[in-house]
Amino acid sequence: MGAHAAELDSKTLWGGKISPFSTSYGKLMMWFFLVSDALTFSGLLVAYGFTRHDCRELWPIGEETFNSMPFLGHGFPLLYVALMTFILIISSVTMVLAVEAGHRMDKKNVVKWMVATVIGGFFFLGSQAWEWYHFIHGSEFGKIELADHSVAIVKGHFGEVQNFTVFEGGKHHKKGDVIKDDLMHTFQHAASKGKINNGVITLHDGSKAYVHKEKDHGLKLIIKKSGEKYSATNKTKLIEGKLAEKLYYDALYSGEADRVVYGANLEQNEYGPQQYAQFFFFITGFHGFHVFSGVLINIIIMIGAATGKYHKRGHYEMVEKTGLYWHFVDLVWVFVFTFFYLI
Amino acid sequence: MERDDLIEYSLDTHHSEDQGKSIRKKIYKVTLLLTAVTVIEVFFGALIKQDASIWPLVKWTFIALTLLKAGYIVMVFMHLGDEKKWLRYVILIPYFIFILYLIFIAIWESTYVKEVLNTLG
Repeated sequence: MGAHAAELDSKTLWGGKISPFSTSYGKLMMWFFLVSDALTFSGLLVAYGFTRHDCRELWPIGEETFNSMPFLGHGFPLLYVALMTFILIISSVTMVLAVEAGHRMDKKNVVKWMVATVIGGFFFLGSQAWEWYHFIHGSEFGKIELADHSVAIVKGHFGEVQNFTVFEGGKHHKKGDVIKDDLMHTFQHAASKGKINNGVITLHDGSKAYVHKEKDHGLKLIIKKSGEKYSATNKTKLIEGKLAEKLYYDALYSGEADRVVYGANLEQNEYGPQQYAQFFFFITGFHGFHVFSGVLINIIIMIGAATGKYHKRGHYEMVEKTGLYWHFVDLVWVFVFTFFYLI
Repeated sequence: MERDDLIEYSLDTHHSEDQGKSIRKKIYKVTLLLTAVTVIEVFFGALIKQDASIWPLVKWTFIALTLLKAGYIVMVFMHLGDEKKWLRYVILIPYFIFILYLIFIAIWESTYVKEVLNTLG
């Protein structure tokens, strides 16, 4: 490498007409772009650190927030994000293998590894969509404000809502109706609006119904914000068993609005301070957008390689350049993974 | 018009089948290392709670491991380790100057902001 520049003295080397770095213009500019993009992401992560550092509420913990797996449910801390990280690392490896094949002018393998990289990219994007869906919809329990104004997040297995049995008719439902559609959504909506009182739910049309619900298992409250009675310090922050159940349902069925928050949006979220969700959406969203554009660029380059465009040129530098961008996307994720999920 | 003053640097990066074999071996090694580090991170992340007394040590280990992973990605996958010395410096030095300053000023200022918030309620 650097054969052209090796035999030149530094006066000739920096005297113009040749690249003192022995790289082409395109590759150099890609590097400079990546430096500026890295500064952008660093700025975002430092802003996240700034906010977290001066925040007076307890910041959410990664393993408590992200613990679901597709098809398996809850109770798998960080496993899904680890899988996403692994997918992105592997697609980075297939990319570097494509670059290596390009250096040997091995067209067949360049195309093969590019296809693998694109597939890896799509897997990552799909995983991120799933992650966002879960983050936005939240847990079945939500975050609850207890009677003493302390705020707790809830862990455990939520007993399914079976039906609503109407005992006082409204505009739409008659007395004796047993409602079995859209139960969870109706239940959560009513709970956050304070329309469930002592096990009686007031439906949209004004009818009243009994909530029939299976028993929860292993319900646990983790206090995140201290109130008059329960505090978020180490000793008293975990409440389990009968007491936890009583406290949770007293608050949920209190008939008061805004006692429970489900999922996340830009105004409130069940995980912690408001800024937490905003940073989550912005940082992972901005990264996801990079992955998305990276996949598009990879597809274009893959087509170029498959049609023999780069082979005719005598080098596969385009694969190398898009490779730089793709590795950079992986690099950013390594940092997002550490600072957003792990610590 | 055909330009004859341009040097095709891209051809410099070509290598032979034999060189390719050893490069691929290096790539697989780094893959294994990155995967192992990620597994270790997730294992400790799930195992050790943030209120444990050992947590600060774990946290700094995470940051060190992240920098290790980043180093391997940049130097091996992005081939920065194979570029000329000054290209490496041109990319890394400005970046680190900016970022170290940014981290310093962010911690400094946000400590102050927290102090003010605590004082004023």
